Amino acid sequence: MSGPVGIVLVSHSAAVARAVAELAQGLAGGGATAPVAPAGGTPDGGLGTSSELIVEAAKAADRGAGVALLVDLGSAVLTVKALLAEEDELPERSRLVDAPFVEGAVAALVTASAGGDLDAVVAAASEAYGYRKE
Amino acid sequence: MSDMNESESGGALDVAFFTRWLTLAAAAVDREADRLTELDSAIGDADHGANLKRGFAAVRDVLEKEPPQTPGAVLVTAGRQLISTVGGASGPLYGTLLRRTGKGLGDSVTVSREQLAAALTEGVAAVGRLGGAHAGDKTMLDALGPAAGALGESFEAARDAAERGALATVPLQARKGRASYLGERSVGHQDPGATSSALLVAALAEAAA
Repeated sequence: MSGPVGIVLVSHSAAVARAVAELAQGLAGGGATAPVAPAGGTPDGGLGTSSELIVEAAKAADRGAGVALLVDLGSAVLTVKALLAEEDELPERSRLVDAPFVEGAVAALVTASAGGDLDAVVAAASEAYGYRKE
Repeated sequence: MSDMNESESGGALDVAFFTRWLTLAAAAVDREADRLTELDSAIGDADHGANLKRGFAAVRDVLEKEPPQTPGAVLVTAGRQLISTVGGASGPLYGTLLRRTGKGLGDSVTVSREQLAAALTEGVAAVGRLGGAHAGDKTMLDALGPAAGALGESFEAARDAAERGALATVPLQARKGRASYLGERSVGHQDPGATSSALLVAALAEAAA
């Protein structure tokens, strides 16, 4: 048996990644949630994208059922794509999710915590694009 | 002409040549870091020079400490290093360029300029797929695409094509990356990525001279 799908939140800002992880955990409701690991900014605390922090976070969130990576923009997107192309950098069954960062994180964590598999988590996060605000 | 004698089976470009290329590229990026950052402050987030300086310094270090055994391995190692140390979009883009080009060279101990041209063309295509960019979008592809095409002719032709391509980004409107948010205001500025790409190709010609 493998555990829940892991969620990784990659942002240019450590504060954003951490806060969105907390927000998702808060909104996912009480009790046990699936692992969510922030990977924000650069190792020295600046703004940017760090492949090192992304790989660490993915390993931390991996419970054997796959890892869904949500990203903000620019180099965060490209770095995760480049790492996936490397094949041996990220855990097996790691996927880049095309989803809005905040809404997607909440949808992904709720779905993963409810026991959804990687496909279900990716679908739920991507569907967050469909919710119009106006 | 500084073209090297190339045997039919392979070519004259060996590990030493590729290491020299990337060492010269590191020196060029170091020398031009302020100019790259200045170009990037006009239409980007003013980190291109510093990011590439850090990345190529790391490339120089890793090639010195653990010298790879084949030209392909030099480029794959350098590419991986750029992905992990640059911290901006140019890291995965240049990393993918070098890694894919290196993979295209296979395990040969020496390669010809023509083989490098073919591998570089694959590398440039991989960069286009990664970033979703095309020629004329005011990106590094505008220097790299023409350079890869001209490398079949000579190293100098590649250098000149990259330089022309970088200069030709000035009147373009950016359609990719942060500069694209500026819309028409990106017109009139030379693209920092195309500029650093021209430096990389100039270092290649310098290594062959």
